[in-house]
Formats: sequence, C-alpha cells, structure tokens
Amino acid sequence: MACEDAVTCCPLVREPLLKAMGSPGRNKRVLPQPFDVPEAADLTEIAPLPDLPDVSEVETVRHFTRLSDLNYGVDNGMYPLGSCTMKYNPKMAESVAAPLQPVHPADGPAMGKVLGLLSLLQRQLAGICGMDGVSLWPAAGAHGELTGMMIIRKALEAKGSPRRKVLIPDTAHGTNPASCAIAGFLTQGIPSGSSGFLTAETLKEHLDADVAALMITNPNTLGIFEAEIREIADLLHANGSYLYMDGANLNAILGVARPGDMGVDCMHVNLHKTFGTPHGGGGPGSGPVLVKGGLVPYLPLPLIIEDKSGNGALSWDAPESIGMVHSCLGNVGVCIRALAYILNLGPLSLRETAKAACLNAGYLKSRLKGIYDLPYTTPTLHEFVLSDRAQKDAGVTTMDIAKALMDYGFYPPTVYFPLVVPGALMIEPTETEPFEELERFVLAMEDIAKKAMENPQALHDAPLTTPVGRVDEVRAARNLILAWA
Amino acid sequence: MSYIALNEEDIQRMTGAMGLEDPEDVFSSVPGDLKFQGLLPIDGPLDEESLRRKMSVSPSKAVFAGGGIYRHHIPAVVDALVSRQEFYTAYTPYQPEISQGTLQAIFEYQSMMAALTGMEVSNASMYDGATSLAEAALMALRGKGIRRILVTRATHPAYRRVLTTYLSRIEGVVIEEVPFDREAGTVDIEALSKAADTDAALFVQNPNFFGILEPMDAVSRIASEKAGFWGIVVAEALSLGLFQPPGLYRPDVVVGEAQSFGNHANGGGPLLGFFCTRKEHVRRMPGRLVGQTVDSRGRQAFCLTLSTREQHIRREKATSNICTNQGLCALRAAVYLSAMGPRGLRSAALQCAAGAGYLSQLLKDRGISPLFAGPMFHEFVVPMGEARRAALLAEGIVPGIPLSREYPELGETALLTVTEMNTKEECQWLAKML
Repeated sequence: MACEDAVTCCPLVREPLLKAMGSPGRNKRVLPQPFDVPEAADLTEIAPLPDLPDVSEVETVRHFTRLSDLNYGVDNGMYPLGSCTMKYNPKMAESVAAPLQPVHPADGPAMGKVLGLLSLLQRQLAGICGMDGVSLWPAAGAHGELTGMMIIRKALEAKGSPRRKVLIPDTAHGTNPASCAIAGFLTQGIPSGSSGFLTAETLKEHLDADVAALMITNPNTLGIFEAEIREIADLLHANGSYLYMDGANLNAILGVARPGDMGVDCMHVNLHKTFGTPHGGGGPGSGPVLVKGGLVPYLPLPLIIEDKSGNGALSWDAPESIGMVHSCLGNVGVCIRALAYILNLGPLSLRETAKAACLNAGYLKSRLKGIYDLPYTTPTLHEFVLSDRAQKDAGVTTMDIAKALMDYGFYPPTVYFPLVVPGALMIEPTETEPFEELERFVLAMEDIAKKAMENPQALHDAPLTTPVGRVDEVRAARNLILAWA
Repeated sequence: MSYIALNEEDIQRMTGAMGLEDPEDVFSSVPGDLKFQGLLPIDGPLDEESLRRKMSVSPSKAVFAGGGIYRHHIPAVVDALVSRQEFYTAYTPYQPEISQGTLQAIFEYQSMMAALTGMEVSNASMYDGATSLAEAALMALRGKGIRRILVTRATHPAYRRVLTTYLSRIEGVVIEEVPFDREAGTVDIEALSKAADTDAALFVQNPNFFGILEPMDAVSRIASEKAGFWGIVVAEALSLGLFQPPGLYRPDVVVGEAQSFGNHANGGGPLLGFFCTRKEHVRRMPGRLVGQTVDSRGRQAFCLTLSTREQHIRREKATSNICTNQGLCALRAAVYLSAMGPRGLRSAALQCAAGAGYLSQLLKDRGISPLFAGPMFHEFVVPMGEARRAALLAEGIVPGIPLSREYPELGETALLTVTEMNTKEECQWLAKML
C-alpha cells in the first residue's frame, strides 16, 4: 500500500523490536555496588557479555509504553470473553498486596503473617464453596484440575480401586481432557443433549466399574446450570466414582448455590476469574483446589497450620499427600489480592455480584437472540452462546463477527467454543459492565448483523481500526519465527 | 463495597426488558433444593483502609535467603511500565489484532531467554522452575525408549518433589538421584557416568542448589555421549548474566526459574518458569509460543502459534495441559532485561558473587567454613543449629534456608545467599551474630 506522506502512512513496523533499537553504550544504568568486585573480575573475563539489547532508559520506557498502546484490557472497555470472567480488577487489591513484594518465603516472622492470611483465604473459599479442605498452591485453573485429578487418583489407589476412566461432558471447560491425561487417566466425552445440560439418564449409560470420576463444569460453558447435578453426584457415588467440578464459572453462583451442597467431591476455583485479580495478559492466575472430607488427606504439600493469634506455619506431616505441585507456595500475590477482594465485598456483595453478572448476561441475550442464532433455549446464568448460523448464508462467519467487533471498540467474545455449537460466540459481560456499555455492545452486534446482509465484504476486511489488520496465523505456523534473529 | 455498575433504575429497565418480575428470577434455573439459604459464612465487608491495616506485612531487616527465590534490585521502570493497565488487565492474546503489545513483549522475552540460555527457542512461560522441570521430563518421556529420569541430588529439592508428583502416575518410569560429592558439593561424576544410559533422561542443576558450579565440561561429555536426553536446570537466572550460556553444552532443554529477572519475591510467588529447547523439539514442547508473522497488509505482526500442540486443540493428546501461564511475570522479565542491558546484568551478577565471597571470608575469619569446597556463585552452605537460627530470626536477620528436612545427611545446616540487595554492614552483623 502506497503512502501519501510520512505522517499519514501506516508504517510497516508499528514499533520496532528492542533488538533493532540497541547500540553498545546506550544503557547507562548505575546499579547498587555494595561489594568490591576484585579487579581481575573484569566484566568480560568469565564469558562474553550476554547478548541483550543495549538501550537507554527512555527508550525502554517509550518502547513498552507504545506496546501497551497496542493492547486492550478490561480497563479499556468491555471484554466479554466467555468462561474467562473478565471483570474489572479493583485497584484497591493492588495497593493492599504491595507490602508482600519484598517478603522472602524463608523470612519466618513475616511469613507467619502471610500464612495466616492464606489460611484466612482458605476458610473464605471453603465457606463460599461448601467444601472442607483447600490447597492454594496450584498456579492456574489447569494446574488446579491436574492437582484435583491427582488427588482423586491417589484416593482410588488407597481404596485399592485404581480406575482409569474420566467422563467429560461436551460442555465442560477446554483444559479438562489434557489435565486428565497428564494425571494418568483416559478421557471419554459424553453428550449433554438438546437441553444443554447433562442428564442423569445419559450418565447412567456411560457408568461402569472403571469410571474414576466425572469432570463437570457448573454452570457449564453454555452458561447453563447443571440441573441434575445432585442426581449425577448420587449415581457417581453409588458407583464408587468421584464428582469433580471445574469452578471456572463460579462467578454465576456465588452465594446462590455451593458445589459442596451439590455433591461435588473435588473442585478448583480460578481466583483470577471469580475474585477479580488481574489476568496479566495470560497470568499469573491461581487455581486453588477444594475437597470434601474424605479427600483431605491427599491435598498437596505443604499444609498451613494456624495458631491462636491468626499466624500460620507450614506442616509437612501428611503421609498420604500427593506431594508438592509447586516449588514454593503457588501464586501467593494473587491469593492475597483475592483475599482482599473477598473481604472487601463480604457475603452480601458477593451474592449481589452473581446476580448482576447473570442480569447483565441475561439482558444481552434478550437483546441479541432475535438477531443471532441462539442454539440453546434453556435458561442461562452469567454467559450465553450464540452462533453464526443466521449470517452464514451471506458468507459471514464467527471469525468475521469477532474481528468486526474490535472496530467498535470491544474485545471479541470467546469464539468456536464450546465445540457443541458450530461457530460459537460465547459471551460473558460480567457484573462490572455499566448499562450503557451493554447497550453499545448491542448496537455494535446489530450493526454487524446488518452489514452481514448488506455488505459482507466489509466484515471480511475487518478490523480496520486496530494497530494491525487481520494477522496471518497460518504463515506464523508454517514459517516459524519464535525469536529475533 | 461492590464493583457492580448498575443502579436500581438500570436493574428495573433490564429485568423489564427480560420479562422478569424480580431480579432474583435470573436464578430460576438453579433447582430450589440446591439454593443456598442465608449469608455465606465468610468475613467482610471491609473498607480499603481496614484491609491495608489487616493485611500489612513487613520483611525482616537483613535477609540472606535465596534457594530459588531471590531478592534482586528491580529498577523502578519495571513496576511503572508493567502496571500499564492495558497490559495488566488483558488476558491471553487470543485476538492478535488488539493484543500486539502483549504479543510483541512476549516475543521479545522469548528472544532474550533464548539468547541468554544459548538455545534456539523459548516458550512464553511456565508456572515456576519446578513445573518447568516436570514438563521437561514429560517431554523427554515422549521420546523413544526413555524410561528413567536421572536428576542430581543437588537439584532444588522442591523441584525434585514436584517431579516425583508429576511422574508418579506413569507406570514403569523411575526417578533416580545422582549423588553429590561430599567434599566439593558437585555431582559425583563416577556415579553419573555409571547411571547415564540411552534409556535415561538426565537433569543437572547449575549452579546447583548448594550454590556450587557443577563441572559442566565433564557433565556434558557424559550426558551427550550416554544419556538419551538431557537438560540443564537453572534456578537462579541471574547466573546467566555471568557464565557461559548453558546452550553451549548442547543439552536438549534448559529449564528453570527466572523470577530473578524483575519479579519480586512476593512471599513465594508468582514465580516465572522458563522453558528453552532446540528447534528440533519445538513441536513436542509444552506451553504457549508467540511467533512473528505479518498482517493482511504485509505489516510486521505477532500471534500465538503452534497451538495444535496445546490443550484447547489437541485435547487429551496435548503436549501439556498448561493454559494460563505467568504472562505478566514474563513481561516483567522483558522490561527488566531491557532496563538492565548486557552490562547491567553482568554487573548485578558480579556483585552477588563478590558479596558471597565477602560474607564467606568474614565467616571463615570467625572459624565457620562453608561445607563444600567447590566454586560458588552467590550461595553457600554453612553449619547452623536450630537454636541459633531462631535467635537470628528474632533479631531481624534471616540466616538462609535450613536444609535438615531435605538433606538430613548434612546435619543442621543452612544455605546462605548474598545478592546486590545486601550490604557489607549486614554481612558484618550476621557474622558477628553467628
């Protein structure tokens, strides 16, 4: 594309790589020099200097500031990424967690306080979920799933009943099959049927003596509450199997229903989803695992013991534990932020949170269902799934709709998941979206639907207002460039 | 407090439009007998100031602890830039057109990690050094004929524990420890040579958990001649600023912990696992990868790539189940490395080494000798009884990490660490108190 002049031209390189900016001697940083380095220890004596960019501080600052300008976060606008719960991240939690930064985990006196707070968080999570035991060490949701399935495996082995199979409904969270596989299980998908939830009848057809567990997401990735979960739990327990619940969508039912009361034996929660900690461009998250009484002995090491003053200490006395799953204490900083969030809200506001999350989603659904195909009519909670069926005849796909949404100033929903809906658009606004932002989203979706009929090419060309146009992902995979030359 | 943006009027409008009589009806699909009655048994609400008081914590005055988590100088630009909320409040960059900031920064992180380790490829991050090692072992086991995992006993004990947890479900796979030499604190080369074979994947931490530099020429000779697969574990990434890149020894993987690059100790986490390998292994490696490509108009652009290895596509056949990783910690590392530059990183590493030399000399002068004679980076093991440790902690000194639980054969000992965050005065204070 020809450029008119240097100002209006779209540069081929929006922001150069750091590597291209470097030049020897630019970096003039003065570092702490508390010790005397022997003169013989010249900077290049042991090995050549590391091959890193040499840039001035202002170049570092401008580079990463410009990169941040090419990004979009919750603070920029609505981020309705289904099953990821992209709610606003309260700045209060950042400030409350800041004093933790310099604390080394071997700093006994300081860690007594930190472990006391972590123990307090364990109690809050147990209360919210109706479970008995908690481990905060898994560093993300998938890590929690893996830990939970290791716990179930260990419990079955202890019972002398090493079963191999885990059933996973087609509406479950995407990481579940891989987590089961790493934990040493074989997975078997089971259909949820036209209602969008798993029925006890369907489960019965798949139950046998080799079923270790069912791994269910509730509410599931269609946003539908698993209405027969209690019957499902009873069937599993009668069969000697466990019920694992993926808590990725817990935000929908905070204070409304507790997994422990549904018959769930083991679950994880995603602190970065439900409890408002920042997603950080892909972590750090935190995926604490919660269990019912019978599984408590298998929780990962170490355990937190609390004393009367509210301080905590670590215990390694758990002979049946699955062992350690993290080199230290998981993502402590994320846990502390989540604790601040829970205590800041308290029980009443947590429940209001769930209600507002469901209201926002329900309202969006009611406004959009006439314009886009709604494959499931079962009532939904905090998220819902549309498809591109109504636009497909005009040649417009979910990918086009997602890319076009960016031109209206939104992050796109989760696309092409769950797999039970071809061309899925999974929309989760969360409770923190104001009414006007929801309205703006409806207008954008209406406009896109209109364009699909009148000018589909405009949607194939989208996005036009983003820092780069549609990115060639096929080329990236074929012609691998994973580091600068 | 609540962060809900709706007022009563909004709620009325919305329930009206939805045809609901009561906002509570949004929960009509939850069976009545599963509905929780009453208030959740939790604490709060608490205002921001009360929370700050309740959750305040302050570190001890002088800290000589490391062991995989280090207190290093973090230039102020790191916090300033990483707290840009466009980075901070985004998620995994699934939609590259409005995620170029995260994507390019992670590409730069990958590039710098590959350069520092001397490997060809780095992924976008793992949870921590321990899970990075465990995933490396799983990757090795996907190769032909590997049935034994050899790991040096001087590899971080928590890493070995996590490795055991991850591998315990695989039948027919054994984990064997390669002992260390009690004089030098380095790997027992003879034992290593005996144990290494084509059915084994070998992992060696360097500098090892005792802070001692392993004889990497000898180790790599044995590893590349005999082992079916081998990896170098680096639990202190700052060592990469001082020594030859481990990739020069031609391992299959270099994995470990990069918390030292711009990440706070945070009471133990978040940490930053890194995973580097050679191009030939790229399709077997775990975790997210950012690749460079172009957009529809031929402009430079970045996106997640090779996702066909990953859990959301490959499902149960994925190379790993990792999804959310430690993205922000990797961003911190990228900003840190940019801020430090090649000479800054070298200088910080040299200060650490000089500080450990200074403290060990002070202790020697007082008749306390390090347990091991091998060359060290910035950590060393000394005898330390539990009573002495408690007394020092009460004074505000953290005298390293006690080793008796993980290394009972060494008696009552501690791993002392010095970084550029310590001072000569602190070292003198510790020496006097010991």
